[in-house]
This record gives sequence, C-alpha cells and structure tokens, in this order.
Amino acid sequence: MNSAIRSGIAAMLGLIILWQIIVSLTGVPRFILPSPYLVGVSFIENRGLIFEHMLVTLTEVIFGLIIGIALGMITALQFEISPTAKFFLKPVLIFSQAIPVFALAPVLTLWLGYGMISKVTMAVLIIYFPVTSAFHDGLTRTPQGLLDLSKVMQAKPLRLLFLIKLPAAVPNLLSGIRLAAVYAPIGAVIGEWVGSSQGLGYLMLLANGRVKTDLMFAALFTLGFMSMSLYGLITIWIKLAFKRFDTP
Amino acid sequence: MSKSPEILVKGHAHLGGKKLFEHLELRVKAGEWTALLGPSGSGKSTLLRLIAGLATAVEFDGQIQTDDAQSLMGRIGYMAQQDLLLEWAKISDNIILGSRLRGAANPSEKCDKIIRAVGLSDKADKLPSELSGGQRQRVALARTLLEDKPVILLDEPFSALDARTRADMQDLAASQLAGRTVLLVTHDPGEAVRLCQNIYLLQNEKLVKAQPLEPPFPKKLDDSKALALQAKLLIQIRAGA
Repeated sequence: MNSAIRSGIAAMLGLIILWQIIVSLTGVPRFILPSPYLVGVSFIENRGLIFEHMLVTLTEVIFGLIIGIALGMITALQFEISPTAKFFLKPVLIFSQAIPVFALAPVLTLWLGYGMISKVTMAVLIIYFPVTSAFHDGLTRTPQGLLDLSKVMQAKPLRLLFLIKLPAAVPNLLSGIRLAAVYAPIGAVIGEWVGSSQGLGYLMLLANGRVKTDLMFAALFTLGFMSMSLYGLITIWIKLAFKRFDTP
Repeated sequence: MSKSPEILVKGHAHLGGKKLFEHLELRVKAGEWTALLGPSGSGKSTLLRLIAGLATAVEFDGQIQTDDAQSLMGRIGYMAQQDLLLEWAKISDNIILGSRLRGAANPSEKCDKIIRAVGLSDKADKLPSELSGGQRQRVALARTLLEDKPVILLDEPFSALDARTRADMQDLAASQLAGRTVLLVTHDPGEAVRLCQNIYLLQNEKLVKAQPLEPPFPKKLDDSKALALQAKLLIQIRAGA
C-alpha cells in the first residue's frame, strides 16, 4: 500500500482515538461534541439520506470542475494568443480574486436561484483562477532552448503554441487541476449553505439547526471523504494518462 | 539544399558597458567547417546566436553578411548543447518537428532515410526518455539533417557526451554535414582540430585565426599533426587566461 495512504489512515485512526478519549474524559454533552461512535451510528442509520445528498454535491462539484477547468484553459490560451486580451482581462481576473467567493454567494443565489446552477457557478468561480493562473504560468515558461529552436525553424505562432508551449505547460496545468479538485467542493458547499434544499452543505445546516450534531459530523466526514477520493482519483488519472509528461 | 553561402561577421559587441569583443572579423567559409574556439564567457555562443538571429543580452554594432547577399533567415539549421527534444513526442515526431512547426508537408520518406543514416531505425516510435544521451543527440542531429539547410550552427553539441560517444558523433556529423557551411562553437581544441578546416580562437575580446590542418577531415583520433595542433591551441588558451 502507498505510504501516503498508510500514513493518512494512521493519522485518521489516531485522531479518532484522541477524540473518543476527550469525549469520555470531559463528559462533554453530545449536542456539542458527539463521540466518534455516535457519529458512526448516525452515519449507518442515515446512510441513504447522506448518500442521496452526497450525489447532489458530487454532481455540482463534477460539473463545476469540468466547466471551471475548460474556462480556465481557454482564458490562459487566450492570454497567450492575444496580448490585448491579457492586457484588459488579467487585471479584471486578479481583481475578481480580491472579492471573497463567500461574499458573492448570496448574489449568485439571488440571480441564479436555489437550484444546482448557482452551486456549479460557485465551484466554477472558485477554481477558475487557480487553473487559469497555473496554466498561463506554464505557457509563459517554455524552456528558452525550445523557443530558440522554433525561431530558427521559423515556426508559425499558433503551431508553436499547440506543438510546444501547450504540451510544455501540461505539468503546470495538472497542478492547477489538482488544486481545483480540492477547491471545487468548497465552492459547492458554500453555495448550499447560502440557499438550497439538497446537498451535503444543506444537510449539515439542517442537522445543526435540529441539534443533530452527530448527523452533522457524519455529513461533514462524508464530504471530506468525497473530496479526498476525488483528489485521489484525479491524481491517479494524471499519473496514468500523462505519463510522458513530467507530472506533479 | 540550396548552395551554401559564406558568412562574414564584422563589428563590436558590448555587454552592459563592458566590451565583449571589438574589431571582430569572422569569416565562415562556404561549404567548410569553421570552429569558434574559446573559454567559457568569451562570447563565442553569443556570436553564434547573433548569426542565428536569436536574442542576446549584448549590444552588437556591426554587420552579418553573406556572399550571395541573401538573408540567412530560413537557411539555418541549429544544434545546441542540450538536445532540445520534446519529451512528450515520439522520436519520429521530434525529427520532423521543423515541418510540423511550419505547417509544411510531412517529409516521411526523407525522415525514414535520415533515421537509418543516424542508426536509429528501431527507435522511431520510442519516447526520448527511453534513449541514452548519445542516442538523443543523434535524434537532434537527424532533426537538423531533415531541415536540410545550407548553413549549420552547432553550439557545443557534443560537449555533454562521454568521450567515446562524442568521437562517434563527431564522425557522424562530419560525414552527414559535409558540403554545408558549418560553424562549430566549442571549448574543446581537440574537437576543433579534428573537424574544422578553419579555426578561430576568441579570447580576451580578440579573434585570432589559427593555422589549420590540411584536409581531409575528420582527422583520425591518433593523427599526430592534429594532436600537436590541439596541444598548441590549448597552450595558447591557457597563456591568454
């Protein structure tokens, strides 16, 4: 077994044991901090409900990832093709990052409604910048030797972009995609907190309001597990599909 | 391939107020190998980059002319110290890179012939990471050969190779690039003596022409005249340091 997975499982088990000891020693009320055992029981009892809401969040995250990565890639390529686009759009892009996504969530819900679109949009907004930035960084850092060779070979600009600059930027793009896999669930859950009737974020708020703290924790851990699995799957996919590139 | 021109470089170059070379006159003879020999930092690679039309950090005040009065643009093949292979592309795709970058027709027949000439027929479908350093530099040579340009600029292309592979590559390059105008930038007097009919030494801001050997080239590794000239050049380089 991979050493990272082993150390992850060991750390998780250690934390659960520590948590159980704290709860047993302090006698903290279960509506403040339920024991891991109670959280486990709640998870099993509500597994259908949790799974149903997880599917909603997962769908939002996957759509958010696909659209966010595509938009980020298109923007980065556009910056590289057109200096004018870069001149006008880059400051806007950086300024957009100065506004916390949390602050935008209520407006997005107002404009796009309580359904899935506002959550997918939140996820897109949160991952668009890291993907654009990582990919564009890669596109501007093509090794000088390759650029020299292409100049001597009288390369056409677009062919240079697609045959050399883009493939050379793949490792940077993949770093951006891995970051996006971590950020996208955050966007989706923020969207669910602001206004929704489905998803793990909604379930957590609902459980919290009804003082079902054990269910809230069960939903929270499901979210964590889902995000980690997504990250793991994307990492494995990158390693397998992009072997010939110097992958991160 | 069109006729190989002679190249004449005349002028001065400064780097941030400091002289790099002055009153320089470098004549790269048509259809012959010319070595530009010098220690690191002497400006020999800069000179090659100026001829290639590549960006340099220096201010160059002078002219680069050809005896046929035509521009060098599009008439140059270039090999650097690094092989500059695309790690993600197959060997055959690396070799035809020039025509792919220009959007020209795929020269597959010619490519097969050149792959055979450099002894890599069985490697065409491999990735660069599966090849040794010497094999990779052969791919770079094949890529340069496929470009079929009358002027070839070589910027220490064999300096990262081990001694045996370097000698092999020198022989291969000498046979494959015969008849072209070749400028070889190197810090190795032995390499310059083995391969080049004309040898220039760039040192202490000055360019000095050394007395070359008579053809044929490449010289045998145990050629006594070549070994003597190599020693003489090395002594000259050390005396100037």
